[in-house]
Amino acid sequence: MGSMHWSRSRGRAMLPYGLGIAAVLAMPPLLNFIPGIAPGYILYLVSLALIYAIVAIGLGILVGHTGQISLGHAGLFAIGAYTSALLTFRLGLPFVVGLLFAGALTAAIGFLLGLPALRLSGPYLAVATLGFGLAIPQLIVWQGSWTGGSSGLHQLPPASLPLGAFTIVFRTDQDFYYLAAAVLIGLTVFARNVVTSHTGRAFVTIRDSEIAARAMGVDLVRYKTSAFALSALYAGIAGSLYAHLLHGISPEDFTVLLSVDFLTMIVLGGLGSVGGALAGALLLTLLQNALTRLPVVHDFKNLYVVVLGVILILTIAFLPRGLAGVVRSLRSRLPAAPERNGASRTDQIVELGEGSGAR
Amino acid sequence: MDLPWGQLLINGLALGSLYALTAFGIVLIYKTTQVITFAQGETAMFSTFVAFTFLTVLQFPFAVAFVLTLAFAGLFGAFIERVVLRNISTTTVLNPVIVTIGLSLILLGGAGWIWGYEIRTFPAPVEGPPFRFATVVVSQLNAVIFFVTLVLMALLFVFFRFTATGIAMRAVAENRTAAQLLGISIGRMNALGWGVGTAMGAVTGMLIAPLNYLDPTMMGDVALKAFAAGVLGGLTSLPGAVVGGLLLGVIDSVVGFEVPELRNTIAFALIVLVLVVRPGGLLGKHETKKV
Repeated sequence: MGSMHWSRSRGRAMLPYGLGIAAVLAMPPLLNFIPGIAPGYILYLVSLALIYAIVAIGLGILVGHTGQISLGHAGLFAIGAYTSALLTFRLGLPFVVGLLFAGALTAAIGFLLGLPALRLSGPYLAVATLGFGLAIPQLIVWQGSWTGGSSGLHQLPPASLPLGAFTIVFRTDQDFYYLAAAVLIGLTVFARNVVTSHTGRAFVTIRDSEIAARAMGVDLVRYKTSAFALSALYAGIAGSLYAHLLHGISPEDFTVLLSVDFLTMIVLGGLGSVGGALAGALLLTLLQNALTRLPVVHDFKNLYVVVLGVILILTIAFLPRGLAGVVRSLRSRLPAAPERNGASRTDQIVELGEGSGAR
Repeated sequence: MDLPWGQLLINGLALGSLYALTAFGIVLIYKTTQVITFAQGETAMFSTFVAFTFLTVLQFPFAVAFVLTLAFAGLFGAFIERVVLRNISTTTVLNPVIVTIGLSLILLGGAGWIWGYEIRTFPAPVEGPPFRFATVVVSQLNAVIFFVTLVLMALLFVFFRFTATGIAMRAVAENRTAAQLLGISIGRMNALGWGVGTAMGAVTGMLIAPLNYLDPTMMGDVALKAFAAGVLGGLTSLPGAVVGGLLLGVIDSVVGFEVPELRNTIAFALIVLVLVVRPGGLLGKHETKKV
């Protein structure tokens, strides 16, 4: 025991982060050595994947940990994107203000969306959130005089960060990639901390049994609305980054299919796993892009939709715990590492177990 | 405000009948199998394409194509239950939701693959001048829609009230364990529920396609509204699906006339409002989990 034990297990737990950060930093220079690709485009694509990963992690906290379904995350994502775009484009405010305000406003709306969730569960909640996701693009088109209507907002200013006397402007794809990666790493660490904290355990208790949660003194009103607000915060921040990555947005970007994409990401990655959400988002975004490049494909939308459906069904049928579950079972076959016991207990609590009723 | 109320009401009821029929399939499947299907619109669309093939490629008369399509849809629904849904774990409500979403995506893409994305016109079952009552006009197609809806409702009422199979299905919906103890095969009832539900969807598809058009996305909006209608009426109640569908159709028709941009928004805002007041829907019972 003692501090030696602590630091070893701690070091082990930090290892994925170290590897992740190293990979993030090393990727842009390494891309230059691969012949036949455009590094700028790859970095743009990876940035997009990182942004989707932020949404997926947020959605994972709501669906995987708290057991509340949402088919309307594209709507929250849209609110974040439009808030940031309108503040920077119409009012000329700095990007940072747009980003923070997008996160705050989306979280507030997520909180409001959580209120009906106090009364609704399962399919009823799915319909309510689906309706929300449908309504947002319609409202954006309806308020066309300042949102740009169905043609959207274009030529948004690049992302920037004031540092004392200087201002960093993220002009190139590589700059933006570092920004998106930094935000994602920050939010991943935050999500890991939330789900292993007292709040995260309250979320899991609500998922497994609301009655048991209440009996143990978990305040349902507080924790359900917090889960929605937290999840929305992630979607809002990601939306802001999305608007400034593409420099333009339109209501068509935020369809119900995008909400289904987000859901597929976390299902594929494994419900109840932050790392799984991250992996699912990266995989699915890159897969979507790879499919557009297949020479045999005439109608891209078509194939992607089918592949998405097949992934959803096969994952539920054969890997109900997603990629995270596969990794976990591989790891458990390795020679046991005794100092990991402390860390794995959280995994066991958080994992979506048999017989747990996510409603 | 001078709205043509009579006309809007008739149009709304016709639209609502279609929502009700689709919602009826969803509720039927939910009641018998405890699975809420997000694929109802897509199975209906797929069946309608099959009907279209019978009508145009094979040149069958409408009645023959109609019956064959119903048979196809029934088998198709049972097939989905047997091959896909029976093999997934239902320990969480999330699993079937995700699987049926996946199913709807596959059918959507598959139909696009087989039949293409161009918009086609579907032959109407009836043609001729509309009926007129004072200022209200009822097209022959709308009259058929009302007629088919009423006949199907009556048939299903008789089926669930008087036939042994219908009573067995209700027993499964009421209490699965008790039904099983009485010798009712849950698996067979599940397959039957899916079959009947999907066949109802096929009827809806064949009525909507001549009204609008035929393409893989034709059911998107209707299925969504039907879903909302089912929830509005209460997913546990078959009459609720009808009430919810008709109500939503009328709301849709009036709102669509006044502010077409906000049709879906207002419809869903109303539903969320209803659900917050009555979480089990208008006629459904709110299921409270027992410890």
